[in-house]
Amino acid sequence: MSPIQLTFLAVAAFSLVSALMVVTRPNMVHAALYLVVASFGVAALFVLLGAPYLAVIQVVVYIGAIAILMIIAIMLTRRIASEDLVVVNAQAGWAAVLAAILFFSLLIILGGWDSFGALAGELPPGSVDPAALGEALVSPQAFVIPFEVASVLLLAALIGAIVIAWRSSRAGG
Amino acid sequence: MTIWEDPIKFLNDWLAGILNAVVDFLNLPAGTTNFILNLIGVIIVATFGLLLVIFLTWLERKVAARFQDRFGPNRAGPYGIFQSFADMIKLITKEDITPTGADKISYNIAPLLSVASVILIWAVVPFTATWVGADINVGVLYIAAVGSFGILSVLMAGWSSNNKYALLGAFRAVAQLISYEVPLFLALLIPVLLARSMGINTIVEAQGTWFVVLAPLPFLIFLTSSIAEIGRTPFDLLEAESEIVAGFHIEYTGMKYGMFMAGEFLHAFTISVLTGILFFGGWQGPMVDTYPLLGVVYLMTKAFIVYFIVMWVRSTLPRVRIDHLMAFNWKFLVPLSLVMLIVTALLDKAFEAHSLHTWILLGANVVVALITVQILRVTGRRKEKELETFPKRPVAVPPKEEAPA
Repeated sequence: MSPIQLTFLAVAAFSLVSALMVVTRPNMVHAALYLVVASFGVAALFVLLGAPYLAVIQVVVYIGAIAILMIIAIMLTRRIASEDLVVVNAQAGWAAVLAAILFFSLLIILGGWDSFGALAGELPPGSVDPAALGEALVSPQAFVIPFEVASVLLLAALIGAIVIAWRSSRAGG
Repeated sequence: MTIWEDPIKFLNDWLAGILNAVVDFLNLPAGTTNFILNLIGVIIVATFGLLLVIFLTWLERKVAARFQDRFGPNRAGPYGIFQSFADMIKLITKEDITPTGADKISYNIAPLLSVASVILIWAVVPFTATWVGADINVGVLYIAAVGSFGILSVLMAGWSSNNKYALLGAFRAVAQLISYEVPLFLALLIPVLLARSMGINTIVEAQGTWFVVLAPLPFLIFLTSSIAEIGRTPFDLLEAESEIVAGFHIEYTGMKYGMFMAGEFLHAFTISVLTGILFFGGWQGPMVDTYPLLGVVYLMTKAFIVYFIVMWVRSTLPRVRIDHLMAFNWKFLVPLSLVMLIVTALLDKAFEAHSLHTWILLGANVVVALITVQILRVTGRRKEKELETFPKRPVAVPPKEEAPA
């Protein structure tokens, strides 16, 4: 096995274990910190795949923004930051059975697919070019409509957040 | 090829030759040589950063002392240069205390993460045209990404210490760091825009005229928000010794405390290096084509000049209040950097091949600066007038009792 493969296996195992920890830790802050580790593992996988741009974006968005926001929200909520929570409810058993069925059916379907075990072809160098990606996002021939729709959605969320905060402060909350 | 033309490539090829022979002899897989060479590179860059800290602490104390009309460390060795080693031994031999109720794992990882977040930046620093740790095409974005680990370490340290002051410090820190990331990244975008690339080495190569000439205002925004990002005076609210004792690292002792300090010192120097690279032409300078090694000297000279300014600011200005800090960021730096981004993008594209390209961009910066000063003057006057109509001293007013909605 080459060092790259060894690194891949280590990183993959690492992110899977932390992903499991995210849903099983009774302490919410720990769960959020494991989420950071898991997203970092995914970023490392992107690096191994030769996509540094995606790796860096993964870190900026998922660790720099989302995880930090979650941790702050958890810490500001005194009750869930300090106490150990029960992470499963009465439906945990059925959920586990359903998840297992889904996983194995996916495995069977994918196993019957010829190119599932095939190795990916070597990418030409510079194929994940950020400039090309940027142009694709604003080009009418490519993804300008989905890009704009997503922007409008985010803008709506932003305005919604402001409206909610503004109402409660006016009501003397 | 001699060792003086390109020492890193020379050493690299030489080592690769030896390693290849060993790898062939032991029948190891093909990627092993590359893997070992990369590992050596990582270790050298990281160690260089940490060794630099020993010198930086001495320099900082000496310069700060001069600004305050003192001598600074002058007992250990000539000019007190061995003071840092004495401090280091002291920090290592101190008792390592973990407070009761602390979250052990996060508590111990936080200082490591704090240093790592800074050292990771050094991976993309181009010392000469060919001496780059990792010449990735998303270098600037990488710097932004790595910075988020610093915030994470502050949060982890503050929360895991099980101390109110630490948690308060962490909240202040996060509010400050996340807010100042906005103008920092917007200012980072301008060298990217001017160089048409996010690769750090490409940005250096594009600086025939230094970007500080093309974009002086973004340079000032970058420097200001970087100082806020490292949490130094006048933006040291996350530590604020006189208010919340030491902020997020109040409970840390010994070398763990030392690591936070080392991280801060190295971060201060790292932003100086980044300023040198992004705005002052990095390794560029006279004769650098014939002797590439001179690039290291140029880069370090530029970095130390910027570092001196950072130290100067630190020992001159008092700490700002939290509401002023936020108002300065959201009402001044962010709008200004947005305006600069739009103005630079428009003018740079419109006059791309124009012979007066440099002068047009410089002129635009001057015009925006003048307009900004005028706006500040008008708003300042208006505030003064408002104060005149209400000449009362501000007093603490009890919160109004209102029926819950």
